Amino acid sequence: MDAFIIQILNGLDKGSAYALIALGLTLIFGTLGVVNFAHGALFMIGAFCAVFLQQVLSISTVAIDETQKDFLGNPLKVETPYVENWFGPELGGAIIDWSVPLALIFAIPVMIAVGFIMERGLIKHFYKRPHADQILVTFGLAIVLQEVIKYFYGANPIPTPAPDVFKGSFDFGSLLGFDPNVIIYPYWRMVYFGFSMVIIAGIFAFLQFTTFGMVVRAGMVDRETVSMLGINIDKRFTMMFGIAAAVAGLAGVMYTPINPPNYHMGMDFLVLSFVVVVVGGMGSLPGAVLAGFLLGILESFASTTWATTTIPGINQIIIYLVAIIVLLTRPRGLMGRKGVMED
Amino acid sequence: MLGLNKNDRTLLVIVAVLALLAPFILNPFPTDSSLAQFNAGYPDLMQKFVIFGIFAIGFNILFGLTGYLSFGHAAFLGIGSYSAVWIYKLFTYNVIPAMMLSVVMAAIFALLIGYISLRRSGIYFSILTLAFAQMSFALAYSVLSNPKFNLTNGETGLQVYANDIQMFHRDGLPDFPHIFGLSMGSTSKLPLGAWEFQFNVGYYFCAILMILAFYFSIRLFRSPFGMMLRAVKSNQQRMNYTGLNSRPYTLAAFVISGMFAGLAGGLLAATDPLAGAERMQWTASGEVVLMTILGGAGTLIGPVLGAGFIKYFENIFSKINDQVLHQWVSFMPDGLEDFVVALIHPFIGKGWHLTLGILFMLVVIFLPGGLVEGGQRIGRLFGRKKRAEDTADAAAKTPAE
Repeated sequence: MDAFIIQILNGLDKGSAYALIALGLTLIFGTLGVVNFAHGALFMIGAFCAVFLQQVLSISTVAIDETQKDFLGNPLKVETPYVENWFGPELGGAIIDWSVPLALIFAIPVMIAVGFIMERGLIKHFYKRPHADQILVTFGLAIVLQEVIKYFYGANPIPTPAPDVFKGSFDFGSLLGFDPNVIIYPYWRMVYFGFSMVIIAGIFAFLQFTTFGMVVRAGMVDRETVSMLGINIDKRFTMMFGIAAAVAGLAGVMYTPINPPNYHMGMDFLVLSFVVVVVGGMGSLPGAVLAGFLLGILESFASTTWATTTIPGINQIIIYLVAIIVLLTRPRGLMGRKGVMED
Repeated sequence: MLGLNKNDRTLLVIVAVLALLAPFILNPFPTDSSLAQFNAGYPDLMQKFVIFGIFAIGFNILFGLTGYLSFGHAAFLGIGSYSAVWIYKLFTYNVIPAMMLSVVMAAIFALLIGYISLRRSGIYFSILTLAFAQMSFALAYSVLSNPKFNLTNGETGLQVYANDIQMFHRDGLPDFPHIFGLSMGSTSKLPLGAWEFQFNVGYYFCAILMILAFYFSIRLFRSPFGMMLRAVKSNQQRMNYTGLNSRPYTLAAFVISGMFAGLAGGLLAATDPLAGAERMQWTASGEVVLMTILGGAGTLIGPVLGAGFIKYFENIFSKINDQVLHQWVSFMPDGLEDFVVALIHPFIGKGWHLTLGILFMLVVIFLPGGLVEGGQRIGRLFGRKKRAEDTADAAAKTPAE
């Protein structure tokens, strides 16, 4: 039983990342009808927003302290970040420590801007072109974005730690009456799961309970009629693209402490997220979220020693295997709507 | 002759001549000159040109004719390589059986994957093939390299070791892939004045196969079968309504293009007896998509051009560094020189992929027909000008009569 709970918990954080990316992909696909291969790159850009902010905050002045000596006997160079100079060591240190959560605030405008530029500058011109062209041009864009980041940040993963408060693990088992230290779960992963739930709930609430969301949903069902009613649906769809980009970016920001970001992390996630979208059902938002969590948990179950000794390497292929089976037995995915992408 | 019309015959002859004379054509600069780094006439690179040419020709049969965009073609490339190396390990270094097994294995896998993937079309097909390729990559990389059943040798890559069986290997035969005793690696050099031309057995083996592949693709494009595939691309629904089942045709196209990829993979192993899992990764599948689109999907010559273009610039661009750049722009004033070098720096050397990505985007946006369409447009531009002049002349003459 405890092993079972551990695997579910382990699957949740990866599942949250899949769900968030797949949600963004589905939003873009459902509104604009574009298959966005650059969505993984948006996730990566979000992660590098956190890296950028952390590096900016740690820019330091160097002072030579004569009283202290390093191991060679030379005067020690003491680096003090500007932030600590300005706000004092207490608050300044806290700001640096909390750079990842702070990056959320920084990433939202950046990602929305990136999304707007992408949609207005490039993808707008591809609505009427075949899906293959959309895939190809966004694939090219993903390569470009990835290489630009590589040019500035190099090819190695950059460690971006979470705030100190969230280091360590939470003893989940003792809460449920198991022995202590049987089921432990890192705090940051809990934060990540909670964060993703908030974002997902926010998106659904936004679409369900606001007038804007209602119009967008109407546009997803019948774009032509909505625009004939005098609503500028294109403008709203562009905004949805910005929101989808921001969702991917925020998912990336929060993921940095779990996995140090490198320039190809987006591509790694993208392939899986597409599989998630297809399993969930193209164009279905609840399907994307459900499939994201399901596949994340499934992957974590397949990584147990029991599974890998029974079928070696099952953890590597389980997601693809499930995708193939789902596509062949339920061609529209788990919750796919009729008439989406069936030309 | 050969069942081709005049235009196609000319095209085939041009490709054949270019491929057979490549050691001369790709080596225009004397060995000692500063431009020698632009020479592409050395065996390694020339082999890559023709091998990826075959790969792209095969991909084009599927994507160019039927419009099915496969994102998992590299799986067949890897399968071809692994099969060839297994022939080396178990039987002989002779490449003929190795190539045969490569093609056959790729065909079997293509049949299997194609049978399942082709039940869906559009984006679903792309993702299914992607999933299959990633699965093969994961299998080759870790699963099939466990000590009990080591089929792929994991991260190290499959290679021939001294204690392998090699049933038909005798002394006197080269310890390298060979064709009836003639080693694939043997190169004869022809110094001619300041130039040195290299003729490599492996290259000519690949080149002849590429010419055959090209001939096959012309025949296929012009055949009723090819017409059927085009019909699938333009309107599959209508085809189905007329009572035709299109799936056997698309499946055949998928298998044929998989066999081409298998052959290319086998040839990669023939020129360098090593097979690694990274050959199957989806970035490798992306590369062949880039080649075909860049050259011009659906055209005969496009994929070959695209493959040559990408492989050439990949090699040359990544060799250019800041020093070379400084030499080139040294005629400028110092400040400007540094500025220009700094401006170009991100795009060269390791930044080659950035250049490739931008180029690819530009081609998809502005030139969906690839380099071939670009060439045609330029040609038409000149042609039209000429015709316009002719009519202008004619118009000028008429009043005089």
